[in-house]
Amino acid sequence: MKTAVTVKNLVKKFGSFVANDNLNFEVYQGEIFGFLGANGAGKTTAIKILCGLSKPTSGEITVAGFDVYKQTEEIKKNIGYMSQKFSLYDDLTIQENIRFYGGIYGLSNAAIKTKTNQYMEALDLHEYAKSRVSDLPLGIKQKLAFSVAVMHEPKIVFLDEPTSGVDPITRRQFWDMINAEAEKGTTVFVTTHYMDEAEYCHRISIMVDGRMDALDSPLNLKQQFKVDSIEKVFIQLARKATRSE
Amino acid sequence: MAMIKSIIIQNLSKTYPGVKALDGLSCEINSGEIFGFIGPDGAGKTTLFRILTSLLIPDEGTATVDGDDVVKDYKSIRAKVGYMPGKFSLYQDLTVEENLKFFAGVFKTTIAENYHLIESIYKQIEPFKNRLAGKLSGGMKQKLALSCALIHKPVVLFLDEPTTGVDAVSRKEFWEMLHQLKSTGLTIVVSTPYMDEAALCDRVALLQNGKILSIASPQEVVAQFPHKLYGIKAKKLYALNELLKQENQVHSTYLFGDNIHLVLQQNASIEQLMGNIKERNFDDVQWEIISPGIEDCFMELMREA
Repeated sequence: MKTAVTVKNLVKKFGSFVANDNLNFEVYQGEIFGFLGANGAGKTTAIKILCGLSKPTSGEITVAGFDVYKQTEEIKKNIGYMSQKFSLYDDLTIQENIRFYGGIYGLSNAAIKTKTNQYMEALDLHEYAKSRVSDLPLGIKQKLAFSVAVMHEPKIVFLDEPTSGVDPITRRQFWDMINAEAEKGTTVFVTTHYMDEAEYCHRISIMVDGRMDALDSPLNLKQQFKVDSIEKVFIQLARKATRSE
Repeated sequence: MAMIKSIIIQNLSKTYPGVKALDGLSCEINSGEIFGFIGPDGAGKTTLFRILTSLLIPDEGTATVDGDDVVKDYKSIRAKVGYMPGKFSLYQDLTVEENLKFFAGVFKTTIAENYHLIESIYKQIEPFKNRLAGKLSGGMKQKLALSCALIHKPVVLFLDEPTTGVDAVSRKEFWEMLHQLKSTGLTIVVSTPYMDEAALCDRVALLQNGKILSIASPQEVVAQFPHKLYGIKAKKLYALNELLKQENQVHSTYLFGDNIHLVLQQNASIEQLMGNIKERNFDDVQWEIISPGIEDCFMELMREA
């Protein structure tokens, strides 16, 4: 299996605080990789490093084949990112947002036009054509944000709590989009607090106090911990945590 | 037994430019219960909480909290409700203890007078009482905010999305704290986008687009689910769900963690459908009748609405 992300001995310290404590893992191409952990376990720190936004203290890390110390610009071109907190510009319209992101990622005008039409159609956005993004219902906004995050066909897309607060039907439609993207070969790296969504991942990791204390398929983890849900696995592991945010 | 009503909401509406946040909402909340407003972002939860705490005036309708009108009697309402907004709203540049003293002072009481009300929560952060509130962890901020909302001995406590973005372990601990508080007789009104938290409330209102879809105890909500529900398992679950979506005997099919929740059209046969499915490369498919959860009910009600 081809790897999209390789992490060897990743350590990140802030002063004496060890945010990431010797992480080792690989994420495969086309995989939906769930990145779980309690608040303060070190997830955000690791994601920032993988996105080329922060340098590790030590370790060997490559993302889409590029080195996180020296090739951060190449990394940024080859990844997509969206989060609950920040995705699209609220005071731009849908089309302006698509145009803006398309421009940033160097898409041609023709390609931006094609993508715009494609998203308007697929997400049924015509009634919102002239609306600012701030006026969109959250569910539609998040689906659009995901589409925009993969517009430049990145090798890996990072999704940080993409479905937080979204209604249950839209949440599932969102996961349908994730699955479809992964089937095209895109690697999906996702965090969530919904434990049912953890079950949709091919493999999940669980971080506790800066360490990665579990990494396996949902089924194997449930068997290993002898419980019937990922929520119970999570609670067993996260209860051991000695630090919070 | 006649319940004492702590909150009576009649026909509340509130419109913002372009959005009807609350659409003729009516509901009664009993004294001493944990009442949950369950719904996604944009359902109207925060607007409702701001009206009930007298911070926002409704366009139409009325509401009373502990007998006081939320518009006319705003002064007395503010004295007797505790409100923890979804966004952390304490003074970040005051210490833990200074924040608590401030809120006690505003309500003309002292920490000592009502310490017993907050003791079990506050003692967990008391070792850090000289730390600035802005420097606390998420869980500690939440405990401080809850202490500040309780220090004036409110009769009703409003908690707007206290567990959003909070991990599964901390959520569990927070609900344990709420159940402890309930035992003191306090009425607790809480909102959440997490459907599974409905089961921890005495009664819930399922909220979507400013309207109540259902209002009942969690057990009753589940009992009102109008269909037989099947849990389907197979290795290739996503592909199977996509296939089931295309079948015309299917009323609804949703992924639910490691299985699919399936409702059939009337008169459709599960044996026949599963027989068909097995022949289409899903020979490991298994099915059983299962009990619906709140999320199943919420989605069914959303479809009906």
